[in-house]
Amino acid sequence: MSKILIRGAKVLGGEPQDVLIDGETIAAVGSGLSDEGAQVVEADGKVLLPGLVDLHTHLREPGREDSETVLTGTRAAASGGYTSVFAMANTFPVADTAGVVEQVYRLGQEHGYCDVQPIGAVTVGLEGRKLAELGAMHESAAGVTVFSDDGKCVDDAVIMRRALEYVKAFGGVVAQHAQEPRLTEGAQMNEGIVSAELGLGGWPAVAEESIIARDVLLAEHVSSRVHICHLSTAGSVEIVRWAKSRGIDVTAEVTPHHLLLTDELVRTYDPVYKVNPPLRTERDVLALREALADGTIDIVATDHAPHPHEDKDCEWAAAAMGMVGLETALSVVQQTMVDSGLLDWAAVAERMSFAPARIGRATGHGRPVSAGEPANLTLVDPAYRGAVDPAGFASRSRNTPYEGRELPGRVTYTWLRGRATLVDGKLA
Amino acid sequence: MQRHLISAADLTRDDAVLILDTAEEMARVADRPIKKLPTLRGRTVVNLFFEDSTRTRISFEAAEKRLSADVINFTAKGSSVSKGESLKDTAQTLEAMGVDAVVIRHGASGAPYRLATSGWIDAAVINAGDGTHQHPTQALLDAFTMRRRLVGRDAGLGQDLAGKRITLVGDVLHSRVARSNVDLLHTLGADVTLVAPPTLVPVGIESWPCEVAYDLDGTLPKSDAVMLLRVQRERMNAAFFPTEREYSRRYGLDGDRMARMPEHAIVMHPGPMVRGMEITAEVADSDRCTAVEQVSNGVSIRMAVLYLLLGGNEPAITHTRPSNERSIPADEEK
Repeated sequence: MSKILIRGAKVLGGEPQDVLIDGETIAAVGSGLSDEGAQVVEADGKVLLPGLVDLHTHLREPGREDSETVLTGTRAAASGGYTSVFAMANTFPVADTAGVVEQVYRLGQEHGYCDVQPIGAVTVGLEGRKLAELGAMHESAAGVTVFSDDGKCVDDAVIMRRALEYVKAFGGVVAQHAQEPRLTEGAQMNEGIVSAELGLGGWPAVAEESIIARDVLLAEHVSSRVHICHLSTAGSVEIVRWAKSRGIDVTAEVTPHHLLLTDELVRTYDPVYKVNPPLRTERDVLALREALADGTIDIVATDHAPHPHEDKDCEWAAAAMGMVGLETALSVVQQTMVDSGLLDWAAVAERMSFAPARIGRATGHGRPVSAGEPANLTLVDPAYRGAVDPAGFASRSRNTPYEGRELPGRVTYTWLRGRATLVDGKLA
Repeated sequence: MQRHLISAADLTRDDAVLILDTAEEMARVADRPIKKLPTLRGRTVVNLFFEDSTRTRISFEAAEKRLSADVINFTAKGSSVSKGESLKDTAQTLEAMGVDAVVIRHGASGAPYRLATSGWIDAAVINAGDGTHQHPTQALLDAFTMRRRLVGRDAGLGQDLAGKRITLVGDVLHSRVARSNVDLLHTLGADVTLVAPPTLVPVGIESWPCEVAYDLDGTLPKSDAVMLLRVQRERMNAAFFPTEREYSRRYGLDGDRMARMPEHAIVMHPGPMVRGMEITAEVADSDRCTAVEQVSNGVSIRMAVLYLLLGGNEPAITHTRPSNERSIPADEEK
């Protein structure tokens, strides 16, 4: 593998530096580096970040290859600056056995655009009744460490307790989709002023908050760590903040769309805004941004949820929930957190690479940009401005809520262990 | 007025008064030996009903036929929809047959809005009730009934419902009738109070332009009209209220309660009535109850809406209405 010299990049947003990649690793970081054999990438004005890590991606394979495959999903990931994605377990069949997680893992390795770390289901068939073979999935070639029934809540308190306890044996973590099922029967959108007007079934904040409150207490009781998926309400922030102040080992994620969009958009009845958990209010959005800034929320995770066109080109109630996010995540974070002054780029690296890699134990990812480290890197042009055009997406699906919206920033290069997966904004 | 009628909230005061006045003219047609106008001759209206609603469908059909429109009735049951065809494909199929207007009843809130705004079809869309969202022609016929009874048939022309105190009682949470009525009655200047057990009041109601009360008896003496909303028995299985009897005792309108209303006040019901639940037979059959009147007013209102949406877009069309009629304001679409 050849050498690459990235010249004049603001490493983690700091002073311009040169970064020399040799093979799969970073050989040197400094000023005035030169190497005659190296291919030079001029990075004046660009920001160099560690390769992004997404702890919450739906790749849909096996089973829903009409919406996404491991190939198209990892190409989308590379386009968005990701070098590692955690693939959720709600496939068909469900990723609740060593066989399924190994298949997904191998597909990621074969395609080579982005490392795919499968997430194992907590319970058999995501049904919430019987623990899946968590140990077998961990010991498989996929080496699963994150377990989640995402899409469904592990609502049975005893099953949740056991899962939290059981995965401690191998350093695993349970990622909870916090949604009290009885409180959200028929739920179509955030319950509040807009749902009252639109006559759409309400998804109350308390349905998320009550599960988070229960789970942080369970985690405390059994001395386990717990991760909260796609936290979406101001109340959830308060509970996680309280839990952390108590020393409970909880981590939490927020999606880009919950940092930017509100339930006012549902007034269009356009299902492109239908997502679970639902878009909340302005007050929630501001609380989530503040919590991401102060570290109460640890990471940004996309909840990239591809759906075929026909599942969104219909009436609201009939539409699928979810949005694609891999290819717009960094831009939304730049707009909501960086350009607004809440986070600098080093903090973005923490929340989109270092911390998610730590939580998911993603070996070789989320490492510092320094000599001797794996060359998993993302180069961003923060000065770019452009309208989102889903026709240019690498994802097989186009269900983005940002179509036509102007967002800042653009990923120009992504390197996975020294190999460029994205070159000047185009997939390699 | 817009090209479509999706929500009562989209109507301005002048739009609404124009519709009510036009409906009075249409009502006169019903008094003729031949109850028919040639206004929509050669135009095709489809009644696209994804939910069973015989009375609303028949009311629209009667209105369409009295305006001489060609009528196609499409019910989802037994059609391609039950075989998995999407709303979009169904609508496009119908439009390809040359439909000028789609009257749609759908169980999903927002379905008519999607039909009107997604670029699927060009036809005018009239919402005949969508989920728990809106039922604008119901609100219009209710307002029409109130204006006739509380202001007067002739005296009401050009008038709104300023200062009238209207009370709606029942399952507000699941009611598109309640939402439409609150919007329209507010636009027409009425003071609206909703009465329901707290379980049947939506979270987020604080933004609605109305009062909310849990006590019916305190509200009755201050009401010019009391409208009862249908309460489905199955709601008690979801713990919205304990039993039918308890609901009836606390929120049902019986003779004793009716006696507490001002003498001129009317009792309204959009139907179908559940006698013994929200209304006793004594009240339902009394002179003060306008339920049957509402049905005939529904035809006049729907004629007016169809005329204004379809006829008004083509000023060259020949019809029998007097030349001093008002034309549709060409407001831009929201």
